[in-house]
Amino acid sequence: MTMKQIIVRGLATASLVLTSGLALAAGQYGPGVSDTEIKIGNTMPYSGPASAYGAIGKAETAYFNMINEQGGINGRKINFITRDDGYSPPKTVEVVRKLVEEDQVLFIFNPLGTPPNTAIQGYLNDNKVPQLFVATGADKWNDPKHFPWTMGYQPSYRIEARIYGRYILKNLPNAKIAVLYQNDDFGKDYLIGLREGLGDKADKMIIATQTYETTDPTVDSQIVSLQGSGADVLLTAAIPKFAAQAIRKVYDIGWKPTHFMTNVSSSVGAVFRPAGPEKGIGIISAAYGKDPTDPQWQDAPDFKEWLAWMKKYNPSASVADANNVYGYGVAFLLVDVLKACGNNLTRENVMKQAASLHGLVGPMSLPGISISTSATDYAPFKQMQLEKFDGTTWQLFGEVISGGSGS
Amino acid sequence: MHQFSQQIFSGFAAGAIYASLALALVMIYRATELVNFAQGEMAMFSAYIAWSLVNGGVSFWAAFVITLVVSFLGGMAIERVIIRPVENAPVLAAVVVTIGLALIFNSLAGWIYSYTVQDFQSPFPDRPVLGALITTRDLGVIGVTLVMLFLLFAFFRFTATGLAMRAAAQNPASARLCGIPVGRMLAIGWGLAAAIGAAAGVMVAPVLFLDPNMMGGVLVYAFAGALLGGITSPVGAVIGGLIVGVTENLVGTYLIASQLKLTVAFALIILVLVFKPHGLFGTAIVRRV
Amino acid sequence: MNESATAVAADEHAAGRYAGLSVGAWRWIGALVLIAFAVMLPFGLSKYHVFELTLVMIYAIAVLGLNILTGYNGQISLGHGAFFAAGAYTAAILMHHYGVPYWATVPPAALICFVLGVLFGLPALRFEGPYLALVTLAMALATPQLLKYFDNWTGGQQGINLVKPLPPASLGIDRDRWLYLLVLAVLLLAIRIAANLLHGRTGRALVAIRDQPIAAAAMGIHTARYKTLAFGTSTAFTGVAGALAAIVVGYVSPEGYSLFLSISFLVGSAVGGIATIGGAIVGGLFIQFVPNLANDISDAAPGAIYGLAMLLFMYAMPRGVVGSLGPWIARSMRLIQPSRPDIQSK
Repeated sequence: MTMKQIIVRGLATASLVLTSGLALAAGQYGPGVSDTEIKIGNTMPYSGPASAYGAIGKAETAYFNMINEQGGINGRKINFITRDDGYSPPKTVEVVRKLVEEDQVLFIFNPLGTPPNTAIQGYLNDNKVPQLFVATGADKWNDPKHFPWTMGYQPSYRIEARIYGRYILKNLPNAKIAVLYQNDDFGKDYLIGLREGLGDKADKMIIATQTYETTDPTVDSQIVSLQGSGADVLLTAAIPKFAAQAIRKVYDIGWKPTHFMTNVSSSVGAVFRPAGPEKGIGIISAAYGKDPTDPQWQDAPDFKEWLAWMKKYNPSASVADANNVYGYGVAFLLVDVLKACGNNLTRENVMKQAASLHGLVGPMSLPGISISTSATDYAPFKQMQLEKFDGTTWQLFGEVISGGSGS
Repeated sequence: MHQFSQQIFSGFAAGAIYASLALALVMIYRATELVNFAQGEMAMFSAYIAWSLVNGGVSFWAAFVITLVVSFLGGMAIERVIIRPVENAPVLAAVVVTIGLALIFNSLAGWIYSYTVQDFQSPFPDRPVLGALITTRDLGVIGVTLVMLFLLFAFFRFTATGLAMRAAAQNPASARLCGIPVGRMLAIGWGLAAAIGAAAGVMVAPVLFLDPNMMGGVLVYAFAGALLGGITSPVGAVIGGLIVGVTENLVGTYLIASQLKLTVAFALIILVLVFKPHGLFGTAIVRRV
Repeated sequence: MNESATAVAADEHAAGRYAGLSVGAWRWIGALVLIAFAVMLPFGLSKYHVFELTLVMIYAIAVLGLNILTGYNGQISLGHGAFFAAGAYTAAILMHHYGVPYWATVPPAALICFVLGVLFGLPALRFEGPYLALVTLAMALATPQLLKYFDNWTGGQQGINLVKPLPPASLGIDRDRWLYLLVLAVLLLAIRIAANLLHGRTGRALVAIRDQPIAAAAMGIHTARYKTLAFGTSTAFTGVAGALAAIVVGYVSPEGYSLFLSISFLVGSAVGGIATIGGAIVGGLFIQFVPNLANDISDAAPGAIYGLAMLLFMYAMPRGVVGSLGPWIARSMRLIQPSRPDIQSK
């Protein structure tokens, strides 16, 4: 070889080594990722009948603002694109397609609502886009075999209702149960879960059910009707406004059942105070997170941190609104997952990291409750703790219960 | 039997809520021959104004009066600024404007006050009465509704302004020839309707709990009640509202498929209207060719 | 040479001909140009924009149905969302439970919604104005309840996930563009049917019933039959739109057919122009794009912006875009063409 050939070959090899080295250092990028930003998509109902949940999207935006101000994740800022779908599944399909095809986001994070998520599940899995930490308590998001790109987040409504069912079997074996539930997937899941928890005694023990629509002004008539059935246990699967009405009406008509309340409406500030705290004494619920309006957590360090974040980054939001704790918690989890990705920010790796959580403790979680996932277990939160309301605060009792699917 | 009477009384309590909003709907219709789809949202917004005042330390009844006045003026302003441009346009344009107005009020309330359910203390103590069939608070709602009905009835029947307003609505051209300031009548009509709606909203907020979507369902039932009674009759509106409340409660209790409560309740109401197409107390409008 | 050319042109003008072709022929050419443009458009746009335009056309068909009822017949309906849902679920149930191919579900949807419309039109005849509004409102409210109740058929709250249609392999285009062309074909067919219906004898009867119902009856127009037929036709159109929407979106559930949908159709109809066919397309554009724009402008209160848009449109053009601009365009064209009777009297 001539000197020239040696030099050219040497330079070529050197530049090859250098660029591949740089590529390794830069990591692999999926769509929406660059050295300075990560684009994330989200849909929330900011308008329409479910607009109360829009607070979650606002809380997440506020959390990511804080993270960005603190320097971002591994030097990259989060570009959080959240859009309104009005809780209408056709709209959700449209919005998500825009996020994936036009905005080129890396994944869809915490989309809210069972029907909206059902509408987009097929599309996202077909296109291998993560549908991460969906904001619904439906059971069906824990199915990695058929939908490897979809992962849930909170303990499902059925897990919660099963816990109530088993508690009733054990402590109130002769109970006659009445159920008030919202006439949609959320409410129906509680009925199904309760039946699962009661096993083959379900038909005998559940003697009356009543439903309501979110357009109904009150549920007073339903409560009166349920009392008339002679039941001594009541399960209320209702959103905060109707839960408060139910609590009040049960008290007013002099009915004293053992009253189970869905975790969704267990907020002291948003439900029990408007209803009249003395009217809710003895109500049982289950929780996985701390109620920000519950006096017993006022001095907890994570509560204080959350409160400081609310005041600085989310000041227009209400401290009594549990949605702000929810948004904070799920955003925290996402940041943790993204940090674990390092510079390998592909869709595959995001799912992989999300499915590799072991005993992670989220902020504002109840003591003893942690997040864990695996390749066959796509349910980050599975544990809940029973609690009883004493007129001022929720008294936790019993042990942390782990609800598996179907067991 | 106990269950039945309890449901009847619950129905009256709910019906009084629908009746109070129905009165506002009738007021607007008599003054402008328009159905105001924003009536519920305006009432809700007025309730929030009252709530803000009470939170700021004002006593309940003072806040109530202030809210009524503010709503009256607001209603007049809305008629002048927002409705006036489409007064001579096709009816559908005015309908769409009221729909848009409803969206605006709902969205603004959610933005300013958030969607968290708020606590609104009623001036009437919440004591069960008549053996837990009804509470004093529900009686308060019924009472205020009846007072408003009486005032409205007297206004249209016995005052000169009421008469002028009826004339302006029925035949604006002739009314003008008689020297009636039609524009001002329309504005006053809207103002009064807004005030009635405000009273309804403030009375109802402690019962339903205050949130921006409080009045959405109520408006639908109030609309049904007003039409059932006859859209031009205040007495009809109240009776219609009460009937709707009781029907809704009884259907929910005794129907096997309680998930179809709303469907069946409406089907029954429409069945009545088939036999009385202008409502129970409404007047048929004879049109000449 | 010039003089004779202008003389020829002037003669032609007087006879209603331009450059050797009649006005009617020019209209045909214009229509063909538009159609050709519409057919080629999806191949120059991204898949997402094609999907959006497909939705616009579907809403246009639905609003066209409502226009037939409201504009030409004077009956206000707050319940067309119910028929949209009926069409959608007809398609979904046929596809999901009976394996019917997607394109074959559209005619049954049209038929079923026509029958439903006639059935509801019969009692609706007794009602006027706000009373009819209440009856149609009840239909819209009952729909989600009924859909949730009959969950063996409808899948209840869970809804029905539909298999996405495959475009014919021979055409070599992707699904989004194929569905766009399919919906475009249906839209053109719908416009043709509507135009034939409304510019013919039936249309004149409907307008007579709308404007002077008593005189029309006195003249021997069978009011009840025409009104019922108008209802049935209108719901058939909207039902077809619903079926297409189910196919294109690929999922049906009760939450997608709320009262807000019915109200959107009414607003779209008013904004476009209730007694017009072109207005249906404007209405479809309004329903699809304005809420999205509102969301971009304000994420705190998007509903307020949407409401404000409604107000502004009604102030500027109370008869709708096509309703207000149409006569103006026609009037300015009358300067250069012989006049023809205008159907819109109100």
